[in-house]
Amino acid sequence: MDDEGVVRLDAEYDEARLSAHFEALLAAGERIEPRDWMPEGYRRMLLRQIAQHAHSEIIGMQPEGAWLTRAPTLHRKAVLLAKVQDEAGHGLYLYAAAETLGVSRAELLDALHSGHQRYAATFNHPALTWADAGAIAWLTDGAAVVNQVPLCQTSYGPYARAMRRVCQEEAFHVRQGYDMLHALCQGTPQQKEMAQDAVNRWWLPAVALMFGPPDTVAGGADARTAAMGAAVTRRSMAWGIKRHTNDELRQRFVDQVVPQAERLGLTLPDPGIRWNEERGHYDFGPIDWRVFRDSLGDGSLVARQRLAHRVAAHEDGAWVREAVDAHAAGGGDWREAA
Amino acid sequence: MTRRIRTPWEVFIRPRRGLSHQHVGSVHGADAEMALANARDLYARRGDPVSIWVVPSEAVRASSPAEKDPLFANAADKPYRYPEFFVTLHEDGDEQH
Amino acid sequence: MSSTDTAAYALRLGDDALVLAQRLCAWVTRAPTIEEDLALSNIALDLIGHARTLLAHSGALDGTGRTEDQLAYLRTEREFRNALLLELPNGDFAVTLARQLAYSLYARLLYGELAASADEVLAGFAVRAAKEVEYHAMHATGWTVRLARGTAESRRRMRAGLETVWPYTGELFEEDALTRRLAAAGTGVNPAGIRESWEKAVTAVLADAELAVPAPSWQASGGREGLHTEAFGALVAELQSVHRQFPGGTW
Repeated sequence: MDDEGVVRLDAEYDEARLSAHFEALLAAGERIEPRDWMPEGYRRMLLRQIAQHAHSEIIGMQPEGAWLTRAPTLHRKAVLLAKVQDEAGHGLYLYAAAETLGVSRAELLDALHSGHQRYAATFNHPALTWADAGAIAWLTDGAAVVNQVPLCQTSYGPYARAMRRVCQEEAFHVRQGYDMLHALCQGTPQQKEMAQDAVNRWWLPAVALMFGPPDTVAGGADARTAAMGAAVTRRSMAWGIKRHTNDELRQRFVDQVVPQAERLGLTLPDPGIRWNEERGHYDFGPIDWRVFRDSLGDGSLVARQRLAHRVAAHEDGAWVREAVDAHAAGGGDWREAA
Repeated sequence: MTRRIRTPWEVFIRPRRGLSHQHVGSVHGADAEMALANARDLYARRGDPVSIWVVPSEAVRASSPAEKDPLFANAADKPYRYPEFFVTLHEDGDEQH
Repeated sequence: MSSTDTAAYALRLGDDALVLAQRLCAWVTRAPTIEEDLALSNIALDLIGHARTLLAHSGALDGTGRTEDQLAYLRTEREFRNALLLELPNGDFAVTLARQLAYSLYARLLYGELAASADEVLAGFAVRAAKEVEYHAMHATGWTVRLARGTAESRRRMRAGLETVWPYTGELFEEDALTRRLAAAGTGVNPAGIRESWEKAVTAVLADAELAVPAPSWQASGGREGLHTEAFGALVAELQSVHRQFPGGTW
């Protein structure tokens, strides 16, 4: 859709009035819709977040997708395929939401491929065994759901609507991952060992990377980092994009997952985890944020592979997309060589 | 306008008989068949929808925020369009019948 | 008409679906568009469903009581009974689509007739599967025409894709003692009997694509006897690797 309306509006009202209207909508808990005036900072922050989210869905297909051809039963194969397929769908919902902000999917994909836009660094960890597919779904999808449930109420209408669809569909993702690990834990000692090994490797990526940097001192950051994180979070919360601090959501995730791990008979690799009666929450050890920062580097082997895989798919498919355009244009491109 | 693989279409789904088609989102597609196939794969993976419409997004004429007043202003200030404006038909005010 | 015949027949059809699904799984995250990641996944999901029903039925009838997973994961390459067409490496998108075109037009006719099978499980399965492969055929048909009438490059690739897979299509229609017994009993479909309809359907699509139907000078065969291509060993190894690494495992 065009943005004529926005242009016309600019001519009719001054920015202060528009801004007041925008703030009033937010204050009333109303959603902002694509053709509403919005501050440039709001648009940029949203676009960055939605794009990163979409890219994470698409790159996130890779670690589990690699196990589709090796799933150990036909039931597990079908379930995993349905899950990876959903991720492609979620990427599309989110790209469509981003497109309402005036950027095309082609531009977004270019930004992903060129490294100008990021995806969740969690997926720069390798999926080494079948149990990883279970651990990824249980832990990283579990963390994603904790993040995403509040986003169903986010202030930008198209994003909130996309997230509602995503949340409805993701409910099964976490459950099937837990179910997969549950089966392994009931199996042979070797199977249980594989499950524990996968959980050991996916715990930190989930608890650290899925929630972003600490934004409170309580969350384990030093004062300066916490202040920087908090500033971004405050702005995002003031605009109604985020509803909770990273550290609040992280705590919610830990509280959910600890009893689930106990039921599996698996150990979460953090000796600091224990119930804190006073706080009514599980304590957990300080997160090694160096791991976080290291994973952000694009230099890691897996990061290179993820991006190269994605770029290769896109480039290998260029002739197909060109063919579709030529066919739709109804021209005789193909006849010239015939 | 020439359509391309990235041409956007709006998708409407009738979730079950008796309901109207409802807007669910958008897809890309170079032609109606491709848009319909993409809509089916994206929006009809669950449930058992009865039918799908795809409409080129460019065919949608949207009211803009600036038009809001002239288009919708006439709905306000006409309380006589609602039954509550008038004296009740029954003594207890019950409007069920 | 013995139940082992029906079991052997269900195994052939089930292996066709399983092996094609396995090939399509390898496309996921590699398709030309994200929409096609979704579309190919949907098709593969349908095929996995077909394989599960057919293999379970085969195991129930063959006297061994094997489950769908024991059949999928614990047979050797030589024991698979799929036609060679389905195990062909994916190639580019055009090769995959050419294989989809050939198989889905065949499966549509096959399941259409199998819906009248004297075997209730096969008949019930075929009614459902026919609708699903009908959609697969629409998908393949749309892409064949688009690629053939897209750019010079896509046309060249579509033609090459058809040339690559066509020598493997004849095997789908081969008759042998088993298919003759099953057709006589009204349990199975005589594959030779649907060949003409398939050729008509293929010719119509390729006419729309303004491409000639390939006329290969040779025909591959052997899959129904367990004589596969060299690439098949790797496919089976990959399929079964996790399952076999953990003998006695629960999944």
